[in-house]
Amino acid sequence: MDTESTYSGYSYHSGRSRGSHRHGERSRDRHKSRSKDSRSEKSVTINPAPAEPLLGDAAVRGEQVQDDNWGETTTAVTGTSEHSLSQEDIVRITKDLEESVGLDCRRYFTLTLAVVLGLLVFLSPLAFLVLPHLLWPEKLQSCGTACEGLFISVAFKLLILLLAVWALFFRPPRASLPRLFVFRALLAVLVLLFVVSYWLFYGVRILDSQDEDYQGIVQYAVSLVDALLFIHYLAIVLLELRQLRPYYSVCVTRSTDGETRHYNLGQLSIQRAALAVLERYYCDFAIHNPALLAASKSRAAKHLAGLKVYNVDGDFPAAPAEVFKAKLRAYLLNSPGNNAATGMAHSQSRAMIAAAAHCRDSSHNELYYEEAEHERRVRKRRARLVVAVEEAFTHIKHMKEEEQKKIPGDVMDPREAAQAIFPSMARTLQKYLRTTKQQHCHSMESIQQHLAFCISNNMSPKAFLESYLKPGPTLQYSRDHWLASQWTLVSEASVTSGLRDGAVFVLRCADFSLVVSVKKIPFIRLSEEYIDPKSHKFVLRLQSETSV
Amino acid sequence: MSFIPGQPMTAVVQRIEIQKLRQGDNLILGFSIGGGIDQDPGQNPFSEDKSDKGIYVTRITPNGPADMAGLMMGDKIMQVNGWDMTMVTHDQARKRLTKKKEDVVRLLVTRKSLEDAVKNSMGGQHIRKPH
Repeated sequence: MDTESTYSGYSYHSGRSRGSHRHGERSRDRHKSRSKDSRSEKSVTINPAPAEPLLGDAAVRGEQVQDDNWGETTTAVTGTSEHSLSQEDIVRITKDLEESVGLDCRRYFTLTLAVVLGLLVFLSPLAFLVLPHLLWPEKLQSCGTACEGLFISVAFKLLILLLAVWALFFRPPRASLPRLFVFRALLAVLVLLFVVSYWLFYGVRILDSQDEDYQGIVQYAVSLVDALLFIHYLAIVLLELRQLRPYYSVCVTRSTDGETRHYNLGQLSIQRAALAVLERYYCDFAIHNPALLAASKSRAAKHLAGLKVYNVDGDFPAAPAEVFKAKLRAYLLNSPGNNAATGMAHSQSRAMIAAAAHCRDSSHNELYYEEAEHERRVRKRRARLVVAVEEAFTHIKHMKEEEQKKIPGDVMDPREAAQAIFPSMARTLQKYLRTTKQQHCHSMESIQQHLAFCISNNMSPKAFLESYLKPGPTLQYSRDHWLASQWTLVSEASVTSGLRDGAVFVLRCADFSLVVSVKKIPFIRLSEEYIDPKSHKFVLRLQSETSV
Repeated sequence: MSFIPGQPMTAVVQRIEIQKLRQGDNLILGFSIGGGIDQDPGQNPFSEDKSDKGIYVTRITPNGPADMAGLMMGDKIMQVNGWDMTMVTHDQARKRLTKKKEDVVRLLVTRKSLEDAVKNSMGGQHIRKPH
């Protein structure tokens, strides 16, 4: 194998390792998903959805309105039905998110509701103005100058309302949340009630009685637009401004390797807080690397394997558990057994822990030396890698525009240049990635792409190496290496209730979970003390010595 | 050697008479003083009570007049030729010691070992304080 060129050797090895790694993960995840089936009491799913423009100001509201009706009854059903599938099916569903039927239904329903509400809102003032001209044009008083001035004001206010609604609501959704977005639903209901009440008044007092005072009608339409602008202000305050001020500090811990971050959040509902945490997770947390956890798992396995319990007698009468426990106790404690069944469980576990403590004497030693050895190996490989990359980079020179015409030589584009210098560093890089157990995160193609990117941007070798020396945030890697795409929010409190001090919820994905605990930022009591600027006075403290 | 300001104090003193030595144009005594009411008493290494602003002997030239007369480092000077030195500024103390017209200075100095010696010799008898 070593006589082959390093280029092909790398691809061969990486292909193998990647395939085997995925295999192992998938089989492991299959076991995991089966064991999770029974534990879905109040779990709902958050799926990171692709971008999609919203029409009208009630798009998401409408979607959640429908969700409110069947969220209560069918959440449990969808929960169990999803979890009863195998892991491959779940992965496939995640990949086909755009075409999946259930979510599309919700989204289209939302969209139609939003369009309807939007049209209603925008066309109402115009209808108020136009209908008198259509229904009783003869009786209508002519519109004076003040009235026509009001037309301009209606037009511009409608334009401002249109822009404001576009700014606030016409944004691609970042996620689909499991339950109703309470504030948006409330706002939709408020707008609907408002517009309906205006129409009622209009219908009864103006249409029925065929009022001739056109200026009054125009003023009525203007008041409707004003009130809609105020409702929009309310929407801004409720949806955007209220949660900007930090009120809670959440501590997010990854369950597998303990990486912890703290974030400041405002007053949000639990589902929105979960969304904020997940967005920050992708940017801040280092990518989840299951290979790094193998060592501690093997140590744990060794602890359990170290205590083997043997049956001294072959056959058991009825209640084999008690007899077995008695035999275990007798074996471990070396005493003729007493059959006190009540204290047996406690004493049995204590006996096992005591026995285990004796076995553990040498394993901490092993751990220490193993870690020291690993550290040394990593540093040695890193040194070799840095030298190799620096040397490789010296072979490449970024040519300026003018020089390109002068020196005819072998001019390459970044991709070719990367391919030219890559083989000299490929082997050391591969060895380093293997030692730090990152080799499955980087494919050869991605490394070459990154190299071409660094070369074309005039980056130093250290800048090129930065993304390999330390595990970066999850977003840095390609999507299939994330191991974190489908999230489930598990919480004891209802997910639309607000964050509270001491609340805990868990965001679970296939391989690991994020445990989030909430703490309130304390109420700060600040008092003042006034210092007169003239009160700063100083004395000189000397101790001089004079010889006489 | 601790005292309460405003109250009379007692101390066991030693009388030391130093003959000034003529060196060129100057009359020197051969020691250095530190302290004074305008100085920082906390930096005085010789005083027991760090709020004592008296004049202390900080250095003695070996084989100088003061050394010959028996002055020791760390002594607190209580009187110079009858003038009180417990409540003077540093410069006043220097002037009192370096008067060109005087050839001899008679000092009253006190140190801790004097008190201890008196206590031991008197067998721990209570020393009466003047009222």
